[in-house]
Amino acid sequence: MAMRRRDFLGGTAILVLSTMNGRAAIISGGLPWTPNAGSPPVPVRPGPWHYFTSDEGRAIEAMADRIIPRDPQTAGGKDAGCAVFIDRQLAGPYGSAEGHYVGPPFMPGTKQQGPQSADGPAATYRKALVALDRYCQSTYQGKRFPDLSDEQKDELLKNLEDGKTKLEGIDGQSFFAQVIKDVQEGFFADPLYGGNRDMVGWKMIGYPGARYNYLDWVERHNERFPLPPVGLTGRADWSPKT
Amino acid sequence: MRNAANLLVVTGAAAICLAGAGLGHAADPDQQSFDRIEKGHYLTTVADCFACHTVLDGGKPFAGGRPIETPFGIITSSNITPDNETGIGAWSDEQFDDAVRKGVRPDGSRLYPAMPFPAYTKMTREDVLAIRAYLATVEPVHQPVKANTLPFPFNIRQAMRAWDALYFIEGEFMPDSQQSPAWNRGAYLVQGPGHCTSCHTPKSFLGSDKSSDNLRGFNLQGWFAPDITGDAGQGLGRWSEADITSYLKTGHNRISAATGPMAEEIINSTSQYNDGDLHAIAVYLKSLPGQQNAAPASAEQSTMNAGEAIYRDQCSACHGLDGQGVAMLFPSLAQSPLAHASDPTSAIRLVLRGGRSVATDAEPTAPGMPSFGWQLDDAQVAAVLTYIRNGWKTAAPPVTADAVGKAREQLSTRSD
Amino acid sequence: MSRKLPKKDVVIIGLGWTGSIMANELTDEGLDVIAIERGPWRDAPTQFPTNYVQDELRYRIRHELFLRPEQNTFTFRNKMDQTALPIRDWGSFMPPNGVGGGGVHWNAETWRFLPTDFVLRTHLTERYGAAFLPEDMTIQDFGVTYDELEPHYDAFEYLCGTSGTAGNLRGKIQEGGNPFEGPRSRPYPTPAQKQPFSHTLFAKAARELGYKPFPQPSGNLSQAYKNPLGLQMGPCTYCGFCEWFGCGNYSKASPQTTILPHLIRKSNFTARDNSEVVQINLDGSGKHATGVTFVDTGGVEWEQPADLVILAAYTVFNVQMLLHSKIGTPYDPVANKGVIGRNFTHQTISSVNGFFDNKKFNFNPFIASGSIGMCVDEFNGDNFDHGPLGFVGGGYVGQVQTGGRPIQTTHVPPGTPKWGAQWKSAVRDNYLSTVTPGTGIHGSFYSYRDVYLDLDPTYKDRFGRPMMRMTIDFHENELKQNAFLTDKFAEIIRAMGAHTLDKQYRKGPYDATEYQTTHLNGGAIMGTDPNTSAINRYLQSWDVSNLFVTGASAFPQNAGYNPTGTVAALAFWAATAIRGKYLKNPGPLVHA
Repeated sequence: MAMRRRDFLGGTAILVLSTMNGRAAIISGGLPWTPNAGSPPVPVRPGPWHYFTSDEGRAIEAMADRIIPRDPQTAGGKDAGCAVFIDRQLAGPYGSAEGHYVGPPFMPGTKQQGPQSADGPAATYRKALVALDRYCQSTYQGKRFPDLSDEQKDELLKNLEDGKTKLEGIDGQSFFAQVIKDVQEGFFADPLYGGNRDMVGWKMIGYPGARYNYLDWVERHNERFPLPPVGLTGRADWSPKT
Repeated sequence: MRNAANLLVVTGAAAICLAGAGLGHAADPDQQSFDRIEKGHYLTTVADCFACHTVLDGGKPFAGGRPIETPFGIITSSNITPDNETGIGAWSDEQFDDAVRKGVRPDGSRLYPAMPFPAYTKMTREDVLAIRAYLATVEPVHQPVKANTLPFPFNIRQAMRAWDALYFIEGEFMPDSQQSPAWNRGAYLVQGPGHCTSCHTPKSFLGSDKSSDNLRGFNLQGWFAPDITGDAGQGLGRWSEADITSYLKTGHNRISAATGPMAEEIINSTSQYNDGDLHAIAVYLKSLPGQQNAAPASAEQSTMNAGEAIYRDQCSACHGLDGQGVAMLFPSLAQSPLAHASDPTSAIRLVLRGGRSVATDAEPTAPGMPSFGWQLDDAQVAAVLTYIRNGWKTAAPPVTADAVGKAREQLSTRSD
Repeated sequence: MSRKLPKKDVVIIGLGWTGSIMANELTDEGLDVIAIERGPWRDAPTQFPTNYVQDELRYRIRHELFLRPEQNTFTFRNKMDQTALPIRDWGSFMPPNGVGGGGVHWNAETWRFLPTDFVLRTHLTERYGAAFLPEDMTIQDFGVTYDELEPHYDAFEYLCGTSGTAGNLRGKIQEGGNPFEGPRSRPYPTPAQKQPFSHTLFAKAARELGYKPFPQPSGNLSQAYKNPLGLQMGPCTYCGFCEWFGCGNYSKASPQTTILPHLIRKSNFTARDNSEVVQINLDGSGKHATGVTFVDTGGVEWEQPADLVILAAYTVFNVQMLLHSKIGTPYDPVANKGVIGRNFTHQTISSVNGFFDNKKFNFNPFIASGSIGMCVDEFNGDNFDHGPLGFVGGGYVGQVQTGGRPIQTTHVPPGTPKWGAQWKSAVRDNYLSTVTPGTGIHGSFYSYRDVYLDLDPTYKDRFGRPMMRMTIDFHENELKQNAFLTDKFAEIIRAMGAHTLDKQYRKGPYDATEYQTTHLNGGAIMGTDPNTSAINRYLQSWDVSNLFVTGASAFPQNAGYNPTGTVAALAFWAATAIRGKYLKNPGPLVHA
């Protein structure tokens, strides 16, 4: 049996940001090159939550399944891995708002001036899920969000979206908008980030994935592109069938 | 004719010289004439003395000290500037010639064939002395070099006497009267000063040329220097003369691009050959017969299918949907000897680690290839290389996942 | 205490498009040139290779190739009576960082401005009368004409291998090109790219409505090309990962593909990366630059002395550098005096998404390139009569769909819920049959007295200096222009066969959280009058004659086109003046 080895590292899909950490260099004479240079993506490994507590994870899975419900053709948000995606993102630079300007003073501004909080997404999720949990338990006789019926969940989320239901200490409307965005991003991002499992999101819409050459298809107008989607870590057809 | 006459004069004169005070240069043609030095300069470039005898990135020219990787260990090049103490300033012409064409140092000890004297032996004495004349004009550098860094038992130089006796065939190149002057010039350059055989001819386990397989390729320094005979499958059979001269002069042609050790060779040496010499080399190489091998075993269909999928999804971005690449930018894998070589080391290496092709004045772009080692496992690398070698009306033996795995391990310790 | 480096003839701040052009020109003149770049060295096979750059999350959503606000950001407010607050994460624009600058991750839309754009105030006043222009509109003539720049537009296009169809060849209008463009001396170096389905359908609809559509001039090449510096480029393969992404297969014009491999081989050129210039140093007179001070990522401060300083750091960083270095009088909008920071502009863009019957239309939106598109220019500049319309300016409109990356291109018809089962099936049903032009309407943004840059009174950058403050809002003129253009564009999308349109007009107030191109301009504008411009017509500082400032900071207002073509042409123009005039006789080239 052929050895299946790759030079992967484990862990979260860490986005290597080109921040100020590169060492300054003088470049002259020729284009620099070293072998294996670059920063390839590191795929998410399945397993326990990296950021969420198990309650938080359950709650986000439940939200993901309402934002993208399962249907006969395509998995829902939970099975597509959207909660895993969000968890790994919150555990990484996105969650801690790495690279953002977080200098004081913090003053409330207009909508056009953008968020003016010291909290990054990870802190926001944590606070909001606590508030959501508290709201559910006090409104639904001790039940938590994942335990509500689908109709109850949808109603609550709609009210959050419209601003009719407020959460304590946190802007529920903008929190839910963020969850929608993150869930849908997870549904359509490359599967190596934990969501879009088996490329279900891409298959649903007919997006062929991380391809690079369509020269033979540019002028085939109004024809369905036939090749299956491929992610940055490949597809099943890349491996010889033994 | 003129050469022969000079040879007689020189030999006679040399006999007188040796009897003298060891000055060694009195009777040879004017050592310091401008023409001779210019010719010597050109031949020094052809023989690429600079590459081995100069430390990379800022070493003093010809002052030695460069570590050279051989299958037997690291050997350090000597100082060939005219410094009297640490260079060759005090050597006679005879001593210089003996070193270059016989592999013998002034003290009688033997050089290792890392110094390609088995190739340089084919040079004429006149050419060698012209090189000497040029080297006498470079800046003398006082730099002692620790010569012998090979591990036991290869550090026993006396062993080279036995090696020489077994394997070293001394003698100048003999022109073939049946062939054109261009062919003969090309043969002289390739076998002699150009010493292409040093990298491109397979060696026995003791490092001697397997002359029956001359220029059919050799694995060294983590690369496979490919077959450069006229073989249609593995060699330059599909290359025109213009392809060959373009490659040597600019590092690029419509099929291939130089990378790795050949990139350095082109920058230091062949890019500065005159057009006549490049043409001669092309004529000679294309004349060398290919191997009459049986068609290689065909690849398994599932391997080809997997390779085709990877190729379409990834490699076609640059190398084209038809494998033809873009002339002077992305090699045409469909015709590339490097991609079809029976020893796939170079192809595996490029896929795993990426690479940058050479930049010359004529072709400064130096496009680079990304590394795929993080993305493709051994079976996948094997599949896509097998597909590339067999997918477009060409055939070559399949590449195995084992071969990829071994190469991956060996490469992981390399820093270049 | 700065460590002092050996003097160079020229120091260039920033190694993006104009930095690379200037470096190449000035090294050709034999000068010893060093370019200092704040960000990292960038190269296709290692930073944006074909095997992992196709990552929408990483490069478009998390914008990995761009500057981090943490390193340098600005404060923002709409109006002068508001308190400006920091832009904590980028929104309406995204500043580049790294060698190649925006040239790495632009779409490569390579336009020329119209001849009238360069003499805007004169032209509009002549045609409509001074009273037609809003009183607080501060548009100016550039001080240079289209005809003077034409050879330099040509030089840039041939450097890039730009793919296009000429519309006006030496005065003769050509079929298939832009009939409104200024005359060009020769055709584009490569033919226009082949267009995917939705773009050809747009062109057909536009023609039927009486317009003259033409392919957008593209720096994504239609075929292999060798440029005048001997650099090879390949044909664009329509990967659809263009803007925001570096090109992995040498088919997008950038400093990396068109200049740097040639430039780096010159013995009189050096680049320093990961080094941020923090100040242009002046001598005691304040009229002569002695070099720059920069800080590398190790935190070490260096001084690079030089005889000639080229500030090529991108619009807003140029202005910031001048303010911090105390070069030129800062603009005061109340007194209407000063020049550094005046005439700050952006771009007025909007779009219309069109939804089509998925049983009849399959657009394969993922087959795309950065400058793919069929455009019409009937409503750009002063190509049409503004008299009855009550606004000035305009822009090109076009089906310019540069990708079908799913996170951003899964639109649903208006009224569809944003989540849930209906959202899901609407996405499924519409992805392949929706036309979502990236910037379908690409309109001008003229300059105003109260839209400007200055230093913030409260917030400081990481060196303890005041942050730069942006005061910017839309004016009635631009919003009217946009409504007009959006409606015209929507007509064409409808004529293509869309059953539902989603018209997304640009509305005020200017929102710093919504992306609207990174075409920021002005703040250090060129002109003929030192009272209302920072640099003269050769981009030379009026105040410090051995300082030239390249980039769109020179634009007195923005036209209805992507700026890079004009930015590059001005750089070539300035380089020619430096080589031909300045070096022979250093000193002011223009005496006002």
